[in-house]
Amino acid sequence: MTNIASPMKIVVVGHVDHGKSTLVGRILNETGALPEGKVEYLKEVCDKRGMPFEWAFVMDALQAERDQGITIDTAQIRFRTQARPYVIIDAPGHKEFLKNMITGAASAEAAVLVIDAHEGVQEQSRRHGYLLHLLGLRQIAVAVNKMDLVNFDQARFEVVKAEIVAYLNSIGVEPTYVVPVAARSGANISSKAAETPWYTGPSVLEALDRFEPAKAATDLPLRFPVQDVYKFDERRIIAGRIESGRIKVGDTLVFAPSGKSARIATIESWGGNHIAAVAAGAGQSVGVTLDEQIFVERGQVASLIESTPSLSHSVKARLFWLGREALKVGSRYKLKLATAEYAVEVTAIERVIDVEDLANHQGAEVGRNAVAEVVFRSKAPISHDSFIVNPRLGRFVLVEGYDIVGGGVIAEADAARQEHKSTNITFVDHKVNFDTRSLGNGHRGGVVWLTGLSGSGKSTIAMEVERQLFLKGWQVSVLDGDNVRHGLCSDLGFSPEDRAENIRRVGEVSHLFAQAGVLVLTAFISPYRGDRDRVRAIDPELFHEIHVATGLDECERRDPKGLYKKARAGQIPEFTGISAPYEEPIVPELSVITDGQTIEESVAEVLRYIEETFSLSAREQAVGWGL
Amino acid sequence: MSMNDLDALEAQSIYILREAFNRLDKIAMLWSIGKDSNVMLWLARKAFFGHVPFPVVHVDTKHKIPEMIEFRDRVAKEWNLPLIIGENRPALDSGMGPHLGRVECCTALKTDGLKQILGEHGYTGVIAGIRRDEEGTRAKERVFSPRTEAAGWDFKDQPPEFWDQFKTDFPPGTHLRIHPLLAWSELDVWRYIERESIPVVELYFSKNGKRYRSLGCAPCTGSVVSNASTVAEIITELETTKISERSGRAQDQESEDAFERLRAGGYM
Repeated sequence: MTNIASPMKIVVVGHVDHGKSTLVGRILNETGALPEGKVEYLKEVCDKRGMPFEWAFVMDALQAERDQGITIDTAQIRFRTQARPYVIIDAPGHKEFLKNMITGAASAEAAVLVIDAHEGVQEQSRRHGYLLHLLGLRQIAVAVNKMDLVNFDQARFEVVKAEIVAYLNSIGVEPTYVVPVAARSGANISSKAAETPWYTGPSVLEALDRFEPAKAATDLPLRFPVQDVYKFDERRIIAGRIESGRIKVGDTLVFAPSGKSARIATIESWGGNHIAAVAAGAGQSVGVTLDEQIFVERGQVASLIESTPSLSHSVKARLFWLGREALKVGSRYKLKLATAEYAVEVTAIERVIDVEDLANHQGAEVGRNAVAEVVFRSKAPISHDSFIVNPRLGRFVLVEGYDIVGGGVIAEADAARQEHKSTNITFVDHKVNFDTRSLGNGHRGGVVWLTGLSGSGKSTIAMEVERQLFLKGWQVSVLDGDNVRHGLCSDLGFSPEDRAENIRRVGEVSHLFAQAGVLVLTAFISPYRGDRDRVRAIDPELFHEIHVATGLDECERRDPKGLYKKARAGQIPEFTGISAPYEEPIVPELSVITDGQTIEESVAEVLRYIEETFSLSAREQAVGWGL
Repeated sequence: MSMNDLDALEAQSIYILREAFNRLDKIAMLWSIGKDSNVMLWLARKAFFGHVPFPVVHVDTKHKIPEMIEFRDRVAKEWNLPLIIGENRPALDSGMGPHLGRVECCTALKTDGLKQILGEHGYTGVIAGIRRDEEGTRAKERVFSPRTEAAGWDFKDQPPEFWDQFKTDFPPGTHLRIHPLLAWSELDVWRYIERESIPVVELYFSKNGKRYRSLGCAPCTGSVVSNASTVAEIITELETTKISERSGRAQDQESEDAFERLRAGGYM
């Protein structure tokens, strides 16, 4: 009795009306899971409605579900086979109930995708398949249902099978089995049906019994998010669930993001005949006391020094969007990851994925029930792992107002990793760090990124701001578009790819300067929002975008280098504003409208912003110098 | 260190209780005196290392079986529980009882009794020991389940809930029901009672060939035929039975959607 395994959780998904609930009802009946009188009771219910017996009513318990003949919300019911116990999760197929489908599917270890033999693969068949994969499910069996409606025709089965297997393969899923089924009559549910002599694979229940149970996360590195700190008596107990790995008394825990560490003094417990624990592992809700009274709070993540989680201000994620309002660049949400909460902003929508044909689209927004790749930035550093490495710390939800509006899994991001490393170096290795430099200079380092059309006045403003700041004793430098193309980027042209690489290099270099305490001004057209957002993502705290918003007409009228004239004459290909796009910043830190104002006025505006943002206040200096 | 199924259920329930305690301002735990809420109380003491850091509320319908009240008062004293007893006084005074309709009686004495105590104390979170395997609409419940200002359950538009990220933001005036035992089965509950030696009311054990499987008010709770007179015997019985747990609860069987209507109105 002590070693009974947890029931395996199976979710049943698929397009609306393809027979998910019927399949579930039939499975429950064949495994003897229904209580006495349930079938008779449901027969009565159906008679009263003047309809034939409906297996789906076992799961569709709500009146509205029975009245409309659809599943609205997910339900869970247990059954067992000879092999093991199961919890079966029925998920609605209607597009408008996608949030309920995800609620059901996210807790499952394996899935059955139901497809109507007659209708074949439909929109929600694909969407559900895609979402199962996104949620991290790798074990999927397919039930091609309603074979009775196509006279158990093998040719029809093979067509549907080929179609769904091709789709699943294209998203990296190999279905374990594809089973021809007639849920209504019970064919191939628990044993092989006489109607399909041509089918040699397992029945549905046999296919379920061949799924592998989920492995415990005990072998992954320790991730112990702090859920609460209790002081009910003389003990100060750090409470939480071990998401992965294991702990033992005497281990040194490192808390992210503070970097503080202390040793586990005791593992606390209460209850009947317990023996004081000296070790605990993934899945357990525990409480520990520490040998030193360091500051610890909810949201921090304890790990072991050999393998700490990544820490970065910016994460890239693949997400499913459930919000009524579209997700847009510049939108702000609360991001909840394990027990932590972060205020985040969307800095880029890299692509919106069409789950029908898996095509990528450039999109300015992500609509309800869509899937997309999105970059978020956060004021506070986010402790995380990529989903592939450790799902427990690689997934999050987004909250807007009172509601959960989406969920996502974190991709491995180069920028995030690099930032993580340099953060460590600054904090751990450098004897002179960012704060010391700021104190010495009287201002913080940073990147002031001027973007705008050719001739908008970026270089003119930057050079004059540099001169004036220098005279005030600032550490300041300009990186200018034309100048870097003579050296750092002399191998690059003006195609979108080359422009992206140009901006990436300049972004990296300017952040190195900024971390060395220098106020860097850059003057690049940098026409693509995505390129600029990637620079921002290197370190959102340091990056300030200024839009030099001079209209195209005015730029063309000024034409200081005669470039517009050449572009109009077709002598310069891919010229921004003429034959190549300029994507304006959506929420720049500052926008300077140069039309109708003098250069001096524009310069003064930028200077004011920089001095207000980057100067250290008298108080900061006093605290910094320990006065 | 390897976890069996009861370890996993216990760890998950403790996680839920700790989330409720941390995320919500003012919470209370409902104690029906039944086996499930005894297990829930036990889990709370585990979660908070011997303490129950919130009030334990019993809504007294005055129709409860006397042994239940005796058990309540004894355990509350032994475990030093912060017990609050609620009742719908006006309804009781006007003579409300099952003779006026079972669903009406449940609504007045249980649901409205609960609402009154919620309003009086301003609780924003109510922990209740319902389980998915009890009944069809409970099978569709969320762990953190929002209730409207009138304490209603909008079952047609429940919030998404996944990866143990629960709904903890809600408009003022509304509240959350928290269900730490949602994933447990009746059998799990008894196996856990056996493992942890958790006390339960004697009515669960067979006397003269009958026992109670589910406890409620005296007029609406029937017993089942059974010879199980120990926890171990109950476990053996449940491993083979095909009788549903709430078959002895008359208010569920009033009509097809009796229980759904009760729950939509704010019943547990």
